[in-house]
Amino acid sequence: MGTFFEMGGYAAYVWPAYGLATLVVVGLLVLSVRRLRSAERMLTLLEQARRERVDDGPDA
Amino acid sequence: MHRFANPARFMRLSARLLPWLAGATALLLAVGLYLALIASPPDYQQGQAVRIMYVHVPSAWLSMAVYGAMALASIAYLVWKHPLAGLFTKAVAPVGAGFTALCLVTGSLWGEPMWGTWWVWDARLTSVLILFFLYLGYIALVGAFDDAERGLRVGAVLVLVGTVNLPIIKFSVDWWNTLHQPASVGRLDGPTMDTAMLIPLLVMALAFTLLFAVLALVRTRAELTWRKVEVLRLFQAAGE
Amino acid sequence: MALTRKRRRMVWLGLCAVGLGTATALVLTAFDDSLAFFRSPTDIAERSVPLDGRIRLGGLVAADSVERIGDGLTVEFLVTDTAYDQIVRYEGILPDLFREGQGVVAEGMLSPEGVFVADTVLARHDETYMAPEVAEALERAGHGPLIAPAAAGVEASTVDDHYGTDSLVQP
Repeated sequence: MGTFFEMGGYAAYVWPAYGLATLVVVGLLVLSVRRLRSAERMLTLLEQARRERVDDGPDA
Repeated sequence: MHRFANPARFMRLSARLLPWLAGATALLLAVGLYLALIASPPDYQQGQAVRIMYVHVPSAWLSMAVYGAMALASIAYLVWKHPLAGLFTKAVAPVGAGFTALCLVTGSLWGEPMWGTWWVWDARLTSVLILFFLYLGYIALVGAFDDAERGLRVGAVLVLVGTVNLPIIKFSVDWWNTLHQPASVGRLDGPTMDTAMLIPLLVMALAFTLLFAVLALVRTRAELTWRKVEVLRLFQAAGE
Repeated sequence: MALTRKRRRMVWLGLCAVGLGTATALVLTAFDDSLAFFRSPTDIAERSVPLDGRIRLGGLVAADSVERIGDGLTVEFLVTDTAYDQIVRYEGILPDLFREGQGVVAEGMLSPEGVFVADTVLARHDETYMAPEVAEALERAGHGPLIAPAAAGVEASTVDDHYGTDSLVQP
């Protein structure tokens, strides 16, 4: 098992490469989903506010 | 193409596709990592350092493919005024930049033990660095405009101007003496790579491609949603 | 036939693309020589490039050409492109992949005696990827030395060159 982590002596290069790849993949996914969710939340809020204004009506 | 020009239709289709794409991506990444780190042989000259290839090469391929997709979308946007194309281009630019950065850094991590240097200014590495700057330049340019549509149009022109860099990257190792070796896979007379290494490479490349598809759909949905938000905000401001 | 707006845009785009492509091609061919990352032994032997100042020399390390000289810290070897051989002298640690028959790029200056004194030596590997057992089989079948032993006198690599012929997971 130790030899696996040693990567033939190249551990200092192989593991950071895979670590960075994981960071980039996970980071892009997390940031993208968060961006979508916050847009959806904002849209819901605005649409709700708009409905309430329309319900109240100009002559309410 | 015109069938997919309808934003509402895109939202419905992407909602149905995403779970499947996400599942497939996770599966392929898991299989790819297992093949890359465990079930593939070391290289006869590079030893275990060759495993960096399974991350470096797919991100290199994707960094170029994403730019190519942005270029095609930019043509659709400028020529046919395709309503989704401009937003798609803006949405995927950070993904392309991420793949390019990953390609450059993993390349350095591979180059230091194998070549003996973290960086050289040869034609291949320099042109990929230029690609990275093109991505960053596009993101900055589009973000600088108050008028969103104008920003997308100017951005599309920048993308198209920079497209000339893609064949330069691809053929740099053939046209000029470079430290970076020539292609092992994208060649006319077949790959110069053992099947035992080619398979993990292709699996990882497919995994990255599906990942791009997931990110592209999520981020384009986000752009469309934000645009609706902007429209409602404008109505609200006008109404008050 | 009147050009529709869409057609006009396409024509514009096409013209710009052709213009940009041509301009780039012209610029690149003008710079062609200086974009080369290294010169070959032929370039040096035939003096087809300026030989003063720093140059990068690329080629293959000629077989049986690596020698330790002096107090053992300096190494001399021949870089060949099969047409010409160029002698290179280097003091320092050589990259892991440096060996006879392997590609190499040396950076330094040509001395008046015609010795290329390098301050940097980089290994250049080719586009072939093979498992060790495949390379061994090819060698046994007579396809020439693929896994060249580390050249005589060059300090042994500090990392494992082979991980055994099995995949990593030990049973």
